[in-house]
Amino acid sequence: MIELKQLTKTFDVGKTTLTAVDDVNLTIADGEIFGIIGYSGAGKSTLIRILNGLEKPTSGTVDINGQKITDIKGAELRKARQKVSMIFQHFNLLWSRTVQENIEFPLEIAGVPKAKRVEKVKELVELVGLAGREHAYPSQLSGGQKQRVGIARALANDPEVLLCDEATSALDPETTDAILDLLVDINKRLGLTIVLITHEMHVIRKICHRVAVMEGGKVVELGDVLEIFQTPKQEITKRFVAQVTESEDSSETIKHLRELYPTGELVKLVFVGEQAEQPILTQLIRKHPVEINIVQGKVSHTQRGAYGTLILQLKGTDAEIRQALEFLNQENVQAEVMAND
Amino acid sequence: MIESLFPNVDWDKMWEATYETIYMTAMSTLFTFIIGLVLGIILFLTAPKQLWANKIVNWLTGVFVNVFRSIPFIILIILLIPFTSFLIGTIRGPNAALPALIIGAAPFYARLVLIAFQEIDKGVIEAARSMGATTGTIIRKVLLPESKPALISGITVTSIALVGYTAMAGVIGAGGLGTLAFLDGFQRSRPDVVLMATILILIIVFIIQFIGDALTKKADKR
Repeated sequence: MIELKQLTKTFDVGKTTLTAVDDVNLTIADGEIFGIIGYSGAGKSTLIRILNGLEKPTSGTVDINGQKITDIKGAELRKARQKVSMIFQHFNLLWSRTVQENIEFPLEIAGVPKAKRVEKVKELVELVGLAGREHAYPSQLSGGQKQRVGIARALANDPEVLLCDEATSALDPETTDAILDLLVDINKRLGLTIVLITHEMHVIRKICHRVAVMEGGKVVELGDVLEIFQTPKQEITKRFVAQVTESEDSSETIKHLRELYPTGELVKLVFVGEQAEQPILTQLIRKHPVEINIVQGKVSHTQRGAYGTLILQLKGTDAEIRQALEFLNQENVQAEVMAND
Repeated sequence: MIESLFPNVDWDKMWEATYETIYMTAMSTLFTFIIGLVLGIILFLTAPKQLWANKIVNWLTGVFVNVFRSIPFIILIILLIPFTSFLIGTIRGPNAALPALIIGAAPFYARLVLIAFQEIDKGVIEAARSMGATTGTIIRKVLLPESKPALISGITVTSIALVGYTAMAGVIGAGGLGTLAFLDGFQRSRPDVVLMATILILIIVFIIQFIGDALTKKADKR
């Protein structure tokens, strides 16, 4: 378990003081994939560096599995860092070393004998899908492959926590997805806790269990990923959610749909979690004499279940439509009639 | 043929002088490399925000490097005469030239080492720290290997400059091709001796450059 208590970090910039991390309190469970999202300058980079002691907080404590990272230094801190490893946006591989030697590096630091290092590297290379590339230099690898080396290197000393510093921000969308799949796979197979920072909501949606939204050094919103997607409270969170959901709520879109479907009622349904997997539409059609036309829809999958929205055109008498809406609300689907203008 | 083009060249003396030049260059390059590397590491690591950030040490090292790098070599030799005679016991011969050569060249190489280290991606050093590396490990396994091509090309340039310095050291009787060209060639009006000494110096320079380029290329995996 990782516990951050009243964590604050300030930097002196000339005559003014910049508060990069402002009284952050978080608890991250074992085996969890925890995301921290924010725009650049929100303090997330500083926060993640406090977790492995690369930065010292001005005040507050970080406790990782019973060890106060913020209180230790020297040899003890270096030892602790072997259990809290990190991957980076720009991979930070040693170009003078081959894939094999890069992965061996943390093992050399930990004082593992050569024979054991070779054995461990073999295992890791398989795990991250780089078999056959052991003797290549980083300059001969693609971005995705470099990050795989970074991940293998980070896993070499069997860490308990993996910190990901914008690990996919330098990769193209397809490679990003492949790396994210690998992280989920590692999380499940090794039971490793993953803390990642990003500015891409796509990353949060795809792999995180819980998310903290940071702005101006503070955590402004925190919760289950599904819950955050369903009911974002803060303005900044809504903006992040809008990154990955279609802008179907904008009045422009509604107006456009209205023009296309002038008759009946346009109803927006929001599905979350289990309902997204239930055959609710089938039941609606069987039980109610309304005509249904699917106008627009999207269902996305997160680590904590699916969520989605569906816009339907309902045709029938007023009473029939009212009854249909009542049925949907009984099924715990949020249904709202979209305004006509 | 060669005998007729260079009638005044005493070949035994010429070869001995060549050997002395190579000896002075090799020894001074070796010590310049070691001392320059140490100074470069200190300059780099004591700079602000670095692992050994220390204003006083950084300033003192910086001043030392800048002062000795700025003194013209010919003057440095003269200034160092008392130091040399104390250290070596004489101010004549190839060994007596070494202190001046090293003190003149090491600060220059230290600057090149510093530049080489500054070229290293900061993220790589951060990654090593995040793995729990000590500063010693970072020096041995990150700084030195990651800047190897620049360190080699730097010592190549320095070594070639040292060939030139050895010729100047000839003025204080260091021996080598410089002394030969000056005493036997210039002062006795034998241009063929000067020319032959020049040709041999050029060959030494070309060989150093060739070896340096080959090693730099071999070390660079970027």
